[in-house]
Amino acid sequence: MENIVSLKNLVVEFEDGERILKNISLDIKDKEFVTFLGPSGCGKTTTLRIIGGFLEPTSGDVYFDGKRINGVPPHKRNVNTVFQRYALFPHLNVYENIAFGLRIKKLSDKEIVRRVGEMLELVNLRGFEKRSVNRLSGGQQQRVAIARALVNHPKVLLLDEPLGALDLKLRKEMQTELRKIQQALELTFVYVTHDQEEALTMSDTVVVMNNGIIQQIGSPINIYNEPVNAFVADFIGESNIINGCMPEDCVVEFTGKRFKCVDKGFNPNETVDVVIRPEDVKVVPADKAKLTGIVESVVFKGVHYEIIVDGVDHKWIIHSTKAEPVGAMIGMDFDPFDIHIMKKTEE
Amino acid sequence: MQKLKVLSLPYLVWMFIFILVPIIMVAFFAFTNNEGALTMENISDVGQYANIFIRSIWLAIIATAICLVLSYPLAYILSRIDKHKQSTMLMIVMLPMWMNFLLRTYAWMTLLGNNGIINNLLELIGIGPLKLINTSGAVVLGMVYNYLPFMILPLYSVMEKIDKSVIEAANDLGCNSFKVLFKVIVPLSLPGIVSGITMVFVPAISTFIISRMLGGGSNLLIGDLIEMQFLGNAYNPHLGAAISLVLMAIILVIMTVMNQFSPDDQVLI
Repeated sequence: MENIVSLKNLVVEFEDGERILKNISLDIKDKEFVTFLGPSGCGKTTTLRIIGGFLEPTSGDVYFDGKRINGVPPHKRNVNTVFQRYALFPHLNVYENIAFGLRIKKLSDKEIVRRVGEMLELVNLRGFEKRSVNRLSGGQQQRVAIARALVNHPKVLLLDEPLGALDLKLRKEMQTELRKIQQALELTFVYVTHDQEEALTMSDTVVVMNNGIIQQIGSPINIYNEPVNAFVADFIGESNIINGCMPEDCVVEFTGKRFKCVDKGFNPNETVDVVIRPEDVKVVPADKAKLTGIVESVVFKGVHYEIIVDGVDHKWIIHSTKAEPVGAMIGMDFDPFDIHIMKKTEE
Repeated sequence: MQKLKVLSLPYLVWMFIFILVPIIMVAFFAFTNNEGALTMENISDVGQYANIFIRSIWLAIIATAICLVLSYPLAYILSRIDKHKQSTMLMIVMLPMWMNFLLRTYAWMTLLGNNGIINNLLELIGIGPLKLINTSGAVVLGMVYNYLPFMILPLYSVMEKIDKSVIEAANDLGCNSFKVLFKVIVPLSLPGIVSGITMVFVPAISTFIISRMLGGGSNLLIGDLIEMQFLGNAYNPHLGAAISLVLMAIILVIMTVMNQFSPDDQVLI
């Protein structure tokens, strides 16, 4: 697979010296679903706007299909965007919103009717042609925005938190639908979100960003199971993150106790972040465990209970299918491969 | 609901005494003669002044068009700059309005006069003196100068509400700046255009101070004509009322036509 978009050493600096992007480099492959994931202000939308042509990087290069496109205005780029708040044209009806790009390109009426019809079919909006976009629900507006961008047959579709304003159920439906559309049309999607679950469900590749830096690039499984640092581990799902150190290979010490693990290659006694997923903490009888704590709260979450346990110097989050009585003393244990050791990040 | 009705009572009384009653009285005067008998004579007499009506409408249209052309880009730029710069710029736009209307128009009299500053300058560079004052051009200038803010403000307040991302969406879908203007900004600012035109055209068509001071005797407008019937030598309040009534009808027709251009589902300010 070829790279359709390449970003090389992008830096964005505002006049007041604030650096929004610090040296972002990234290759996006053709027909790939890539998601930029990070907290607000991490630079994900800024990166998207650079690809769309709405923002010029202070330094660094943008390549599209092998050609450098710095300075090329948005209307001359073969990408289209689905904006955060849809940005539909309030003076046009559903049909004319979708036809907008084709009319600008001066396609024949016959061609426009055909392509807009195709899109209305794709996003399930047949029968809404004449409706004013101001009288559509959020989900319908979203569909119009997607159709309006896709009708131009862009090589890359940019989506800036497109589902952010929808309720949970609708969001889940649209996630599946977007993924289907992407696979059916064989397009490259670049998707921005702060919702980790959304990123993990939809993407081929997740790019985790924080403070204008790419923290990790990988498949959803890879990002979830092998986070490279405490930030990624914490941002992708809930985690217990504890300070620890590595007295020797495959042994980690935290909360005063030593545990077996599978990581090696750290300096002797190097301080590290120890990350353990809530579902990987095993509840065992207190008298048989190295680690004990008092159950502080138990909340039913549907599939599991979320149990907060007050340990000696850490509050543990445990996901368990069995509830424990509040106030009880319980023990905790871990399998060696469930203990993830991460180098401390600078900053 | 009941409470709301009670609260609106003072305004209803006000409307009745100061708006409805005077209109009825104007109509009464227009359709009666000195003896109080009903007559159509006053209305048919208005026909003699067709040329003044045409001149007034024509000059008001020119002034409104100039205001629109000047204001549109300015309002657009205003709506796109930073918020704190916007308020400074708006204040500068409004500044002339803080000064008395008469004073502003007097100032133009001296500027445009045969021995005024402008003619002195023109003389220095060898293309003067020109006849500036007492021309229809001077009247239009006075209208534009005095009513420009009434065009800028409604345009600005509509444009300010146009979401930046809608413009970006148009760019994204293939519009250059020129196409963005005609495909998106103009249609979306239509309510502002309509109310700006209304707010300039109506006072411009009925002004009498501007034409009196800058137009001399040869550029009489409807406003002057009406004034002459009530305060001038040609004292005839019945004819004056009839002219006012015809003017009202003309404005009503023009506004009705204008409002056809404003889409229903967009809120007029």
